Amino acid sequence: MGAEKAKKTAAPKGAPVKAKIGVISIITGQGAAYGEAITNGIKLARDEVNAKGEVLVDLKIEDSSGKQEQALAAAQKLINSEKVVAIIGPTLSNEMFAAGPEANASGVPIMGTSTTAKGIPQIGKFVFRNSMPESQAIPASVGAAVKKYNIRKVALLYGNDDAFTKSGFDTMKEVSEKLKLKILTIQEFQKGQADYKAQLTKIASLKPDAVFCSALYNEGGVILAQARKMGLKVPFVGGNGFNSPKVIDIAKDAAEGLIVATPWFGEKNDPKVKAFVAKYEKAYGKKPDQFAAQAYDAFYIMTNALKAAGAADRGKLRDALAATRNFQGVVGKFSFDAERDVVMTPSVLTVKNGKFAIFN
Amino acid sequence: MFLEQLINGITLGSIYAIVALGYTLVFGVLDIINMAHGEIFMIGAFVSMLIVSKAGAPLPVAFLGAIVVTSAMGLLLERFALRPLRGRPGASHLASLISTIGVSILLENVAHKIFGSGNHLFETSFAEISFTIGPVTVYLVQVVILLISLLLMAGLAIWLSRTRSGKALRAAAENLETAGLLGVDTNRMITATVVIASAMGGVAGVLVGMAFNYINNQIGLSMGLKGLAIIIFGGMGSVYGAMAGGLILGLSETFVVAYGSSGYRDAIAFVAIIVILLIKPQGLFGQTPADARR
Repeated sequence: MGAEKAKKTAAPKGAPVKAKIGVISIITGQGAAYGEAITNGIKLARDEVNAKGEVLVDLKIEDSSGKQEQALAAAQKLINSEKVVAIIGPTLSNEMFAAGPEANASGVPIMGTSTTAKGIPQIGKFVFRNSMPESQAIPASVGAAVKKYNIRKVALLYGNDDAFTKSGFDTMKEVSEKLKLKILTIQEFQKGQADYKAQLTKIASLKPDAVFCSALYNEGGVILAQARKMGLKVPFVGGNGFNSPKVIDIAKDAAEGLIVATPWFGEKNDPKVKAFVAKYEKAYGKKPDQFAAQAYDAFYIMTNALKAAGAADRGKLRDALAATRNFQGVVGKFSFDAERDVVMTPSVLTVKNGKFAIFN
Repeated sequence: MFLEQLINGITLGSIYAIVALGYTLVFGVLDIINMAHGEIFMIGAFVSMLIVSKAGAPLPVAFLGAIVVTSAMGLLLERFALRPLRGRPGASHLASLISTIGVSILLENVAHKIFGSGNHLFETSFAEISFTIGPVTVYLVQVVILLISLLLMAGLAIWLSRTRSGKALRAAAENLETAGLLGVDTNRMITATVVIASAMGGVAGVLVGMAFNYINNQIGLSMGLKGLAIIIFGGMGSVYGAMAGGLILGLSETFVVAYGSSGYRDAIAFVAIIVILLIKPQGLFGQTPADARR
């Protein structure tokens, strides 16, 4: 109800909306590469938005070091001392499970740009995310592959000692059952394994139409290489862990034909994407990745909602955020569903001539 | 599928056996478990990767390079991590165990610093050669790995049983003090043992690269644990036990995946080891503790 009101009062009243927005990111420590991409994306968007003059944002960036307790401390500081109107971040799902409830209890909208675990927006009505969960990406890639190759029988392969690859596998299994595919075998492996021949020999002997594999890129690349070498030529559909050019670095020619779904595709033939990639590259000397792109869009989603709310008010901003529909960002067309989770169509990609390209 | 899995299992098993041999030699003579063995194996794999994939040199050069580097590492390990602790009054057996753990962590981190944490391609044109017998595809690499490990095992067995230095080594293994009194240069014997064991680790590293095409700085850890399990299973200090144990573990791991559940690959193999140890606590080829030593 509040959302509709916010929409109607969306007309700018001339004076710019001034707002202080907090960012919790990994600046130091292990995950600093993710944090760097995210803050780069946010800063780029901030400069553009401030230059337009409708919304003037003062960013307060705090370091979480990738740790839950530091993320919580940063959230408390931003909410109570800095009195920010909203928070973007933190980076990891684990961190969000610590900082999210705090922001929610204080009535401060908080939006994850890279948190894909189950149950994040369900923390509370002030918690949002614009990062696509695997449960949306995998059905798209599996669906596209099944349609093109007329897949009937599949083999599933996944790393069973990692929460992320395990949840990717759960989705693959669910989707296979929904599409009435015959699951010939489910094979598991552990992180850092060198030898997948026993599993792959078994899979090859059952003659599946395709292999759905949930692995991080390090293991995924090796699996692809060993599979192709032993003559397993069927299509491979990978989870989000495969969605990295590093897979191609590791597997080389064996990566050809791998199918993945991703919310972000930097080579998309879209003027908005091209402009963003060019600007980002000029500013930071490298190409933006998925984390930078999602953070860039998140800032725009946030400031559009601020514009709609008409004032730097936490409650009004929340309602305006929740009402975001069909926002056209660099990642794609984005909406929040009733649970403040992501609604968007991922791009399905395949590896062609040593590069990711649109699959069709 | 059975024959293919059998070949997979033998390939894996012969690599395990060579790794375990390195452990067993050091344990037999020095009575210590060399926790750095897995990491020396890993360094051997990286050295040969540089030679084969980066410099494009032929495989024999890679073996030579890996052997030279890992032998030198064995020498350094003995000089700086083991010898200073040996014979020190009051120094427990565990002191050398801890110092080798330190070396293993150091080596893993050095490899991480130099090569990063990701997988590295071990590329040889040799690895592509295969032939088909009926429905079974066999890679030449698999045959070569088996041959090399058989040669290595036979060579070691002959050296230990037939040569003078081999006999001296066995004497040292039997009782270090007595061997010393009988004129065996025990310091030299110990150094030779650690160097030979490390060189075998280096060879195993090249074989892993050939067999699986990828190496990373973590491979030493899991291979090291397997090697440890094998020598306990085969009988501490028994050369034949290490050979048989390696093959049995490799085969059972592979068949657990083929006919059981891949998720329990390691667990089932280890449970099997525990069950066998319950029946024969001294291990497959182990002697009863009374006549083993002391």
